[in-house]
Amino acid sequence: MSDAASTDRALPHATGGPFAGLRTWFTMLAICLEERLVYRGDFIIGTLMRFLPIVTQVFLWTAVFNATSKADIAGYSRNDIVAYYLLTMVTRAFSSMPGLSGGISRSVRDGSVKKYLVQPVDYVAYLLAARIAHKLVYYIVAILPFAGVFYVCRSYFPAVPDALTIVAYVLSLVLSFLLGFFMEATLGMLGFWFLEVSSIIFAYMLVQYLLSGHMFPIDMLADIPTGIAGVSIADVIRWLPFEYTAYFPAAVWLGKIQGATLARDLCIEAGWVVVMAVACRVAWWRGTRRYSAFGG
Amino acid sequence: MVLTMQRYVSIFLTFARACLVRDMTFRANFLLECVTSLGWMSMNLAFYLLIFTFTSEIGRNTGWSKEPFFAFVATGLIINSIVQALFMPSAEELTEMVRTGGLDAVLVQPLDAQFMLSMHRIDFSSFANGLVGVGLLGWAVSRMDHVPSLVAWLLYPLLILCGVVILYSLIIMLAAATIFLGRNQSLYDFWFYLTNFSRYPAEIYSGPWGGPLRMLCTFVIPILLVVNVPARAIAMPLSGEAWGLIAATLIAASASLVISRLVFQAALAKYRSASS
Repeated sequence: MSDAASTDRALPHATGGPFAGLRTWFTMLAICLEERLVYRGDFIIGTLMRFLPIVTQVFLWTAVFNATSKADIAGYSRNDIVAYYLLTMVTRAFSSMPGLSGGISRSVRDGSVKKYLVQPVDYVAYLLAARIAHKLVYYIVAILPFAGVFYVCRSYFPAVPDALTIVAYVLSLVLSFLLGFFMEATLGMLGFWFLEVSSIIFAYMLVQYLLSGHMFPIDMLADIPTGIAGVSIADVIRWLPFEYTAYFPAAVWLGKIQGATLARDLCIEAGWVVVMAVACRVAWWRGTRRYSAFGG
Repeated sequence: MVLTMQRYVSIFLTFARACLVRDMTFRANFLLECVTSLGWMSMNLAFYLLIFTFTSEIGRNTGWSKEPFFAFVATGLIINSIVQALFMPSAEELTEMVRTGGLDAVLVQPLDAQFMLSMHRIDFSSFANGLVGVGLLGWAVSRMDHVPSLVAWLLYPLLILCGVVILYSLIIMLAAATIFLGRNQSLYDFWFYLTNFSRYPAEIYSGPWGGPLRMLCTFVIPILLVVNVPARAIAMPLSGEAWGLIAATLIAASASLVISRLVFQAALAKYRSASS
């Protein structure tokens, strides 16, 4: 099977010049766009529904702020917290990859992955194109409910940050998309080694949900010690990839991370993207080498 | 009538036995499922513990300080684990059955379709959270300032049952919507998002938006009665308002069961098989 993996890199040249690869890629993008638009009604309802848990969180935190006399908790005012939850929704819209790892491991288990081994298509590139298409359609449809909710909640947000912060924010979002993609793709590739990876995916989702800042801003863990002198749980999480898939971009927009820290954290995020992209590629190469094509 | 009931009980026990045998065949998987659901739960508990490092109460003068709040959380765990174990696995299959036409096989059997569709699969691993809920309730109640009365303890299981019935009716209505519409993944998500409102004490819904929301979720879709009323009965004194809510819960549970049954029957009457 490793032969097939090497031929797919050679084939685009054999079928029509240097742009053939690009054309294949755009065709895949177009197919996925059409596929997604079939269920657009479901899409809009689904997007609006996703804001419902935030409503509960907003009321919960309002009740917490009412009960305490503090103006802020871990540097977040009540308005900041509402804005934070809304902004993590934006990050999750970039970094979450529903069905990606499950889809990859299923294609290994039922044998359908072999069509990518014999076609002149690179599987990881195909998945990336499909995911970009999925996300593009999601944004086209979701922009309306998102804009509506953000407009209604505009009073919770601080003033629009300066241009440099906005650039850093956009960069952190793009990186969070790539990080989410490569992390979940690598996880799915584990299917080459373990036939059933659903429990591993579940465990990953659990860790991810807790450490990404989806439930609360990571800054709230800054006073919780790890046992090592001077190192809090928040300090440890900073060096892990998870917080970059929800917390980090939101904190950047809210101005909680600035200057040198911001530059350092962006580098950590980019570093994780590279690490996970390499891990994904290595897993694909080694996985296809040991793959023995089950199923018809 | 008694004979019919006996028949249904014995069929239900047969289903339960078959599911238990299935779960025990894949023991490692069963244990993993228990561990993962306990993982989700511990994560939520950790979140609540974190919140109580910043405040002593959820909402000013609501009475939901740490121990009563954990009694509330425990009640939610118990109710949700019962619903997740008994009804959710079957309901999740229904969407697929409607799409593929597998529903036909159920309709031709000499059994009540609603019974078959909502109870044929039991997920025993979901009871794990409920057991933790019982332990957490014991811990919270033993540390509370308020000692629940005997009446409260007697009412508690009944109110838990009412909560389960309200959630069950909601599932049945969504199942009916599946039959009406054919495909409705979003509606199943809707169930999770809707029950999300029942996760916290009703007092947090106040103010110009919260007030109407609280009314809506108490009297129109009685989701706020599910956990709040049993939890309040055990964690706080039984005052006049509490009795009113208990009565409302009993009425809501009976009414939603009847309405969901009618809606489900109407949906089945509209069902057009998808199989060839």
